[in-house]
This record gives sequence, structure tokens and C-alpha cells, in this order.
Amino acid sequence: MRALVGVKRVIDYAVKVRVKGDGSGVETAGVKMSMNPFCEIAVEEAVRLKEKVRKEGCCLGCGIIKEIIAVSIGPAQAQETIRTALAMGADRGMHVKHDDILQPLAIAKLLKAVAEKEKPDMILLGKQAIDDDCNQTGQMLASLMGWPQATFASKVDLAGKDMTVVREIDGGLETLGMKLPAVITTDLRLNEPRYATLPNIMKAKKKQIDATDPAQLGVDVSSKLQTLKVVEPPTRQAGGLVANVQELMAKLKEKSLI
Amino acid sequence: MLARNFLHRAISTVRGVRMLSDGLARMDFSKIEEHDINTFKELIGETSVLTHNDALEFHNNDWMKQYRGNSRVVLKPKSTSEVANILKHCNSRRLAVVPQGGNTGLVGGSVPVFDEVVLSLSSMNKILSLDEYNGVVQCEAGCILQTLEEYLAKHGFVVPLDLGSRGSCQLGGNVSTNAGGLRLIRFGPLRASVLGMEAVMADGTVLDSLKTLRKDNTGYDIKQLLIGSEGTLGIITKLAISVPRKLHSVNLAMFACESFQEVMDTVAAAKDKLAEIVSAIEFYDYQCSELVVRNLPGMSKAFESNFPFYVLVETTGSEEGHDKEKLDKFLDYTMEQQFVRDGIIAQGGIQMRKIWEMRENIPLALTKEAEVFKYDLSVPIFEMYNLVENVRTRLKYRCPHAAVYGYGHLGDGNLHLNVTCPKADKQTVLHMIEPFVYEWTAEKRGSISAEHGIGQMKTSKLHMSKAPELIALMRQIKRVFDPNGILNPYKVLADQ
Repeated sequence: MRALVGVKRVIDYAVKVRVKGDGSGVETAGVKMSMNPFCEIAVEEAVRLKEKVRKEGCCLGCGIIKEIIAVSIGPAQAQETIRTALAMGADRGMHVKHDDILQPLAIAKLLKAVAEKEKPDMILLGKQAIDDDCNQTGQMLASLMGWPQATFASKVDLAGKDMTVVREIDGGLETLGMKLPAVITTDLRLNEPRYATLPNIMKAKKKQIDATDPAQLGVDVSSKLQTLKVVEPPTRQAGGLVANVQELMAKLKEKSLI
Repeated sequence: MLARNFLHRAISTVRGVRMLSDGLARMDFSKIEEHDINTFKELIGETSVLTHNDALEFHNNDWMKQYRGNSRVVLKPKSTSEVANILKHCNSRRLAVVPQGGNTGLVGGSVPVFDEVVLSLSSMNKILSLDEYNGVVQCEAGCILQTLEEYLAKHGFVVPLDLGSRGSCQLGGNVSTNAGGLRLIRFGPLRASVLGMEAVMADGTVLDSLKTLRKDNTGYDIKQLLIGSEGTLGIITKLAISVPRKLHSVNLAMFACESFQEVMDTVAAAKDKLAEIVSAIEFYDYQCSELVVRNLPGMSKAFESNFPFYVLVETTGSEEGHDKEKLDKFLDYTMEQQFVRDGIIAQGGIQMRKIWEMRENIPLALTKEAEVFKYDLSVPIFEMYNLVENVRTRLKYRCPHAAVYGYGHLGDGNLHLNVTCPKADKQTVLHMIEPFVYEWTAEKRGSISAEHGIGQMKTSKLHMSKAPELIALMRQIKRVFDPNGILNPYKVLADQ
């Protein structure tokens, strides 16, 4: 079985994001970038599924993940993100080169095109990217492919083509059963991503990364959305101090709060 | 004198807390009286004078809970003139004063020994100005390190100092102890970054050398005397600090080594191949790793297998491509030369924080043990772990329940040696390791206090790292700055 994992290069979670002077977007020049944390969890899950079944000594072709392909859509530097996935245990990479920011629908269409070429049995994505917080790509992709979807996965169990997924929902946990092929989007509690170790980083350098672009995949990525402006939230105003309860009551009445 | 002090300290540590009957006599200072409290209230306002027991508790105890003072009043002035007025009064009345910042010191230098007045800088915490062209920030001494860090980050600068207590420690305290920390290897000692200082002398005279100049060779640089003087020569009220730019390309690698020789080879290679982008080199032994995982919830080992030594190497630069290339070459080299058994490279901020937590939480994990003896030593790097192993051997048969931990600022030759044991073994262990550790360090011409300072803990050890002529000069200087000896008595220089 083959798994396709999508990984996105985003501004590192620890960075304090700043808005560009012209309000057209956020500052990315000279800012630390790394793999989206939820994508890390997706890669980790794929690697665990590959390792787990191998450990249990299952036979051939009855539901073992044999190959993991890491795919990233973005500028040249997206290759680094793919290398990270390779260092974590992915087998080979696919870089869809495109310099501008793309909307989830375009990403979903591109991933569909890649999936039609690579024919994976499952597609793992992070539930959302920490830069746009869209939480749309996985759902759109499943719909385009006509595949079942298991979003916000916090536990994945595989038995041949039968998959059981526990999802985190508002009321608690929901367990779904579905048959592969399927789309899974990962939530925080699914696993803790491993470190890229030195020997694996060395091995990753030799792993293959194929390159393509939207034109070659035959996908129109033009967006029907236009960003008008990006602004920071208003700064919090300092509170006022009151000397006693009477003054507090007066202030509350003044602001029609009581 | 050494034996008597050691014996008395041994007696006092049975109770775990420093008491009056320690062989240390209260010097002949005046006692606080009602009229003094009234004067303080007039000088700085009633709300800035704390006399209630609950309020005093924090200020009378040090972070390690090893020292307990008996001050009856804590003052929190809001300006330099208030500090000056307080000191003028205390000097005329011969009242002893302890300057106090974040109270995070590890040698009992920030708490009273008897009933000294605590002068807290906490209310003087403003950031005054930032010169973005020259990279100079001015702030009051009570400004908390983390607050300054966050402010500077917004403007693209960093404080040239970082340590685990950043959430509580204050710049004045940092400068008074010439704090070291995690990034000394990159930014140099704090001494070099302090461009200007405003301080108040014991008699209330305000010393204004608050310049923001990188270069100023005009006479003796008095502020350098105050830096590292642990509040015994004057109270720092304002600082001007040179601040480097915040660079975005940060990488963190952790290596596992089989022997200390491999550790030293890794450091040498890092300094050679990573060169100017190195921003931290730290190490800890397997015992530390195991301790952190055991004592703190949610902490887990970085590597699957166990190794005797772990080395952290952090790089910070302005160009991601350039740094990644350097790092790649370095990693290739370590694998080729085989002085590294395994390694991890942090991918992103989350992993970096997790790896740093292992190292930064070692002191916290140690506080969970029954008894801890802490040593902060500068020794030649090739001797560093020899001491740890020596101490381990010494304790192995006599005190099998004692444990020895070695970690520290590897790149600066600064070892943090810690020994833990159950309460019952305290005396035996102390007898086995002191004065051995200090004598061993003195013999190697090392420092018995690399970065923590002398405080009240190491006054009897000062002579082991400083020649008598130097100590004699120190006493003379102290008399010049503080003839009545009211500033932080019983600290740094013993028997003042």
C-alpha cells in the first residue's frame, strides 16, 4: 500500500508574526520557516503505520504501507520541507513548484492530480495550516476524489483495507469505520512527531524528489479570491484603576454595564 | 578559619536553613526602630514600605530555600532619588541594607542574613529608551529580563544574555552578578555589553555614568567595579545595554557521545566548522537526562538508546541558506570522524523548545531531590568530567544512595556539578565532597564560582580563587565605596 502525505512550509510556530508595511500580507522575508506542525503529525503517522505493520510481520500485499510519498506545493524552498519528511521516514518526495500563495481549493486540485499519478491508498494531511488556519484542503480533496474522509483524527487503526478512526469533535470523540482509499487529516493528539536523527538525515539526502508544476499537472490554480488587506488586531487598551467600590459602581453605570 | 567555617556550615545545614548560631555574628549595625519606618514612609510613600509578615516571606527566603533572613521591612522605591534618600538615611543611622532584584540568585546573596533592610528594585521596572541605529537600550534596574526580551524582539533586537530564570530575574541583579547564562559563548560576558550605568552609593550619592557609547576611555571605568560586585559597592538603578540584532536563522542540534573525549572533539569541531554562527554549546550527562525524565512530568528522552553524554549545539545567523550549508558540512564531518554516535536536528520551534527544556529543567529536577549540593566551577575543559567521576568514585562505597550529576556551559568551560542524597546521608556526603571539590578546583587554577558569584555561600572559599593581595585590595575598595559597610554585609568578603 502506498501513502501520500502533504506537507506545507509555513512560518515557524514560535515566530511573532508581523504584518507587512503595505498591508498586503505578513512578513515572511528573513523569518524562520518550518514544516506545519499538523503536517509533521501526518508524516509521523504514515511512518508509524509503515513501521507497525512491518513489526507485526504481516504478509505481503494485504494492507502494509510499503511506500510513503511526501508532497509539497510551493517555491523552491519547499524542497527543504520535503527533505525533513524524508528524514522522518518518507521514501520519496514530490515538489509541485509554484511561487504564489495558493488557496485550499487549488491545493486540493493539485493533490488530486498527484494522487491520480501516484495512486496512493490513503492521503494524510494536517487538519489545517498554522498560517491560514483554513481547515479546508482535506475535506475538499476527499470530495474531489470521491473518497471517504476522517478529519481531526486522534487515532488511526488499519486492518487490511478496513480503517477505524477516532475523531475529536466538540462533544467528545467519534469513531468512524471506512474502507480505503480515504483522506485522513491529523489532529494534535494523534501522535508526537519524532526527531530527524543524523543517520536518517544522511539517508534522506540520497532519496529522490521529483519536480513538477501546476501546468504539467494540468491544473488551473488561478484564484477567485483576492486579499484586500491584512491588519493587526487592535491593541488592547490599558484598563483604569478605581479607588473603591463606589467608584467601581459609578464606572459600571457610566458604561451601561449595570 | 576554614575548618571552623566548614564545621559551622555543616551544623547549620543539618537544619537545612542558615540560622544565627552559625558561627556568624550579627555585626554592630543599628536596629530598625519605629521612627525609621516612619521616615521610610515619608520618603517613599506608605504603600512602598512592607512590614507585614506575609509580605516579607518572599523577600527573606532565597530561591533554593537554603537561606532565611529575618528582615522586618522591605522597601520598594520607584525612582533613583527615592533610592538615594533611603540610603542617605540608612547610612546616617548605620542600618544595614540588602539590595534585591528578582531574588533568583543561587548563593544567598540576595536575602538578608539577619535583620537588614531589604531594598527591592522591583518597582523600578521601566524600559526607558531604545536607540535602533546604535542598538542601545536603556532601562531601570528592576526591569525583568523576559520583559526586556519581549520588548526588544518586537523591534528586532535581543538581550545579550539569556538564562533559565528569565521570567523573574532583573537586569540590575544580572549586572550585579555579571551573570553568565546560555549565550555567553556568542555575546561575551555581560561586562562587555554594559555601556552605561546609574548607581547609588551607600551614602546616597548618585553615580551617573549612564552613557550609551561603545567606546569611552576616559579615566577609570568605575561601573566595571560595580558589575559583579553583588550589591556590595553600590545599588544599580539604571542601565544602558548594547543589544545585538535578532537573527532569524536558528538551528539546534543535539549529539550523543560515548566518551568525554568525543564530547571535546565535538566542541572543537563546532567552533571550527560552525565558527561564527555558534550561539550555544551545552552538555549534560546521562544521569541528568534520567533525572529530568524521572522527576518532571511530561519529559521524555530525546534518543531511543542511552548514551553517557549529550551535547547541544545551537547556531544563530542572518542567512538560512548559509547556515544550513555550514550545518550540513558539520554533520557530515561528525559522522565521518565518528566522534558522535547519534544526533538529532530540531525541525521547527516546537522541537527546539523540547530539546532546550531537557537542559534547562535540570536545576528544577534537582530541587525535587531530598538534598542537593551545587557547585559552579570554571575548569579547563579536558578536566571537566574528571571531577564528576572523581566525586562519583569518592561517594560510591561510603554513600551508595548519593548521586552525582554533571552538566553545564561546555563552550565556556563552566561545569555545574551537583550531588544529591537522602536527608540521612547529608553529613557524610558533605564531609566527602567538601573541601575536596573546592581544593581540586583550586589546584587546577580554576574558579570556585564561575557565574553564580560568592553571595553568603562561598565567602570562605574566595581565597581559593583569588590571591591574598587581590582580596586585600578588594577590602580597601569596599571601604572607599561604603565606609560604614551597610551595603549587603556578610556577602562576598567575609569578616568585613
